[in-house]
Amino acid sequence: MYRYDEFDAEFVRQRVAQFRDQVQRRLRGELTEDEFKPLRLKNGVYLQLHAYMLRIAIPYGTLSARQLRKLAHLARTYDRGFGHFTTRQNLQFNWPKLSDIPDILDELAEVEMHAIQTSGNNVRNVTADHFAGATAEEVVDPRPYAEIIRQWSSLHPEFSFLPRKFKIGITASEHDRAAIQTHDIGLQLRRLADGGLGFAVWVGGGQGRTPYLAKKIRDQLPEADILSYIEAILRVYNLHGRRDNIHKARIKILINSIGADVFAAEVEAEWARIKDGVLKLPPAEIERIAGYFAAPAFAARPPPAGLRPADRSFDRWVTRNSHAHKQPGYAIVTITLKPIGGIPGDASAAQMEAIAELAERFSFAEVRVSHEQNLVLPHVRLGDLWAVYQELKRIGLAEANAGLVTDIIACPGLDYCALANARSIPIAQRISARLAPRQEQVGELKIKISGCINACGHHHVGAIGILGVEKRGEEHYQLLLGGSGAEDAALASITGPGFSPDGIVDAVETVVDTYLKLRTGPQEAFLAAYTRLGAQPFKEALYGRA
Amino acid sequence: MDVLEADPDAPVTEAAAANLAACLPGGSGRPGLSGAADPNGPIWKEGAFRLDPFQVAPASGELGPGPVLVAKARWLSDRAQLLARGGPLGLFLEAGTGLDDVADDVGRFVLIALDFPKFSDGRAFSTARLLREKFGYRGELRAVGNVLSDQILFMRRVGFDAFEVSHAPTRRALGAGELAEVRLYYQPVGAAAEPGTRSWLRTGAG
Repeated sequence: MYRYDEFDAEFVRQRVAQFRDQVQRRLRGELTEDEFKPLRLKNGVYLQLHAYMLRIAIPYGTLSARQLRKLAHLARTYDRGFGHFTTRQNLQFNWPKLSDIPDILDELAEVEMHAIQTSGNNVRNVTADHFAGATAEEVVDPRPYAEIIRQWSSLHPEFSFLPRKFKIGITASEHDRAAIQTHDIGLQLRRLADGGLGFAVWVGGGQGRTPYLAKKIRDQLPEADILSYIEAILRVYNLHGRRDNIHKARIKILINSIGADVFAAEVEAEWARIKDGVLKLPPAEIERIAGYFAAPAFAARPPPAGLRPADRSFDRWVTRNSHAHKQPGYAIVTITLKPIGGIPGDASAAQMEAIAELAERFSFAEVRVSHEQNLVLPHVRLGDLWAVYQELKRIGLAEANAGLVTDIIACPGLDYCALANARSIPIAQRISARLAPRQEQVGELKIKISGCINACGHHHVGAIGILGVEKRGEEHYQLLLGGSGAEDAALASITGPGFSPDGIVDAVETVVDTYLKLRTGPQEAFLAAYTRLGAQPFKEALYGRA
Repeated sequence: MDVLEADPDAPVTEAAAANLAACLPGGSGRPGLSGAADPNGPIWKEGAFRLDPFQVAPASGELGPGPVLVAKARWLSDRAQLLARGGPLGLFLEAGTGLDDVADDVGRFVLIALDFPKFSDGRAFSTARLLREKFGYRGELRAVGNVLSDQILFMRRVGFDAFEVSHAPTRRALGAGELAEVRLYYQPVGAAAEPGTRSWLRTGAG
């Protein structure tokens, strides 16, 4: 993985010193909260319902065991012993004291981490396929490009005051685990017609109150041009994006008001001017960064998996939570942070340390964070799966539910978030407990829950999406069906009138029952059945015949 | 017609030089583009607060002698008279103003002032780069409006070299040389590399 050199280390050190100065001015009363707000937001510090929240960047979801141990230490020292992994491959601490945050940032810098641009109207943490570097499906590892974009966008002088936040996601596989079509810029790394490497470029995806899927504005962009092309997109957006209304300020609104073709023409014209300038990436430098992401020293022929006890729950876990690796004899292991009835994405300090140790023993000290709020051990020998499983059972994270109905994405909701209208976590917990006994039977079905219209829980792209709203002072939940954030991206449609907190759990079960009754067989997954059947049978089951 | 070029060292008409000298306190014979240093002056430029040698032109009507700062609308409507007047001209652009209708004229201004109506409105960062890098503007580029210390570092990098600052803490920090800043840059800005920029990103293709 990427390692800081002296330049990176000094950059982060100066940034922490700058932020420490800003915090001290705030604590001395020289800055009002209003004046402090834009400064703290440049560094991942939010003021939530009960406390400040610190969001730490995990660039493209790649963590070392050492970094994960540090996060565990921070959780124990400065928080309440937990961290919360988010849908953008970040980690949030929900209870730090403002006066402690500069010290936390100093400790993070020791392990080459920071919170730069995890909030604010700038380019956010660049996210990537959480199986990058391990899956056989990718053309090459997309993370070197994500790292190049991360560096280029850090404290960018022109683009630190964009109309609104800006998210870039990148994948190198046809099967899109990075949800690139819901990003402001989605990049698919691919082999171009001329045989070189390059990108298909999608722009204008996003969720929130006005969801749009991204439009492809370029099919073949040579890799050397990636920064100049992104710069052209950002310049057009920075100059023309709306600033009069925060809800209409994302790039998706601009693109859908002027049209993707007009937007693309503006970008192409600007890009033509700058493409052969200082941002052209020299091949040697792409190679140098790629060198940091070289594959670990896999055993050419790992010893075959030995005999192990017959154990059906282990079999289920292997089937569900492991994925084919590009290296024969290895597997990619998903550790879902979704124990039945648990809080999606939460991990205790002890769990983080145990997973760090597993990574050290069995996965070349590497861990990944997925946007589905799970952790991944990317390089596990098949013969080690049993040992990994045993340890995960000990720490309560061996649920065989990756991609199933209990593998729920949920935002922090009204339990933490100042923006939320309704709680997300208890709904996720109850649905998980209710459907757990049947999750194997139901098969792949993604439930995504947001506690407000900002859609941090990705409800627009849930096969089943749930949106919490406030209705006459009560929490109320709308139900959506048919969404996907993958390569078959689709926005979910609302079913009809919303439900009470009890009612939404029943409604989800009704949808699941209807699917089980009407599917052609277990091989027809929920989304396929929904596409074939349409919304009508589900609406009838939910609301009765009209 | 005599036309003032943006290059501060370029020759100017005698009348313009006289006008400029007259309006600068203690003005020397050389037509400078900067006002005299004054701790209470509104403009931070070349390491000091300075008086503003430019008068803001009204939307219409007679102009006094000396350098004037005109809004784009007046420039477009009174272009011929303003040029005939012979004095140094500055152009004021509101945030988000397009440059197409002034692109051919940027060399006629010794000052272009870009407005930041709110600290969070970053359009002028892009406008500044277009002026410098696309249209080759070399005169004074001044940030006006809600100019705060944390932006000034970025403003300098995209080409601003003068700042109209009223915010008291920012003025104190500038005067004391105490802007807390990150002095390492990951990305090149402009056509050539800057000092402090990460070397590999500024390396050209050839």
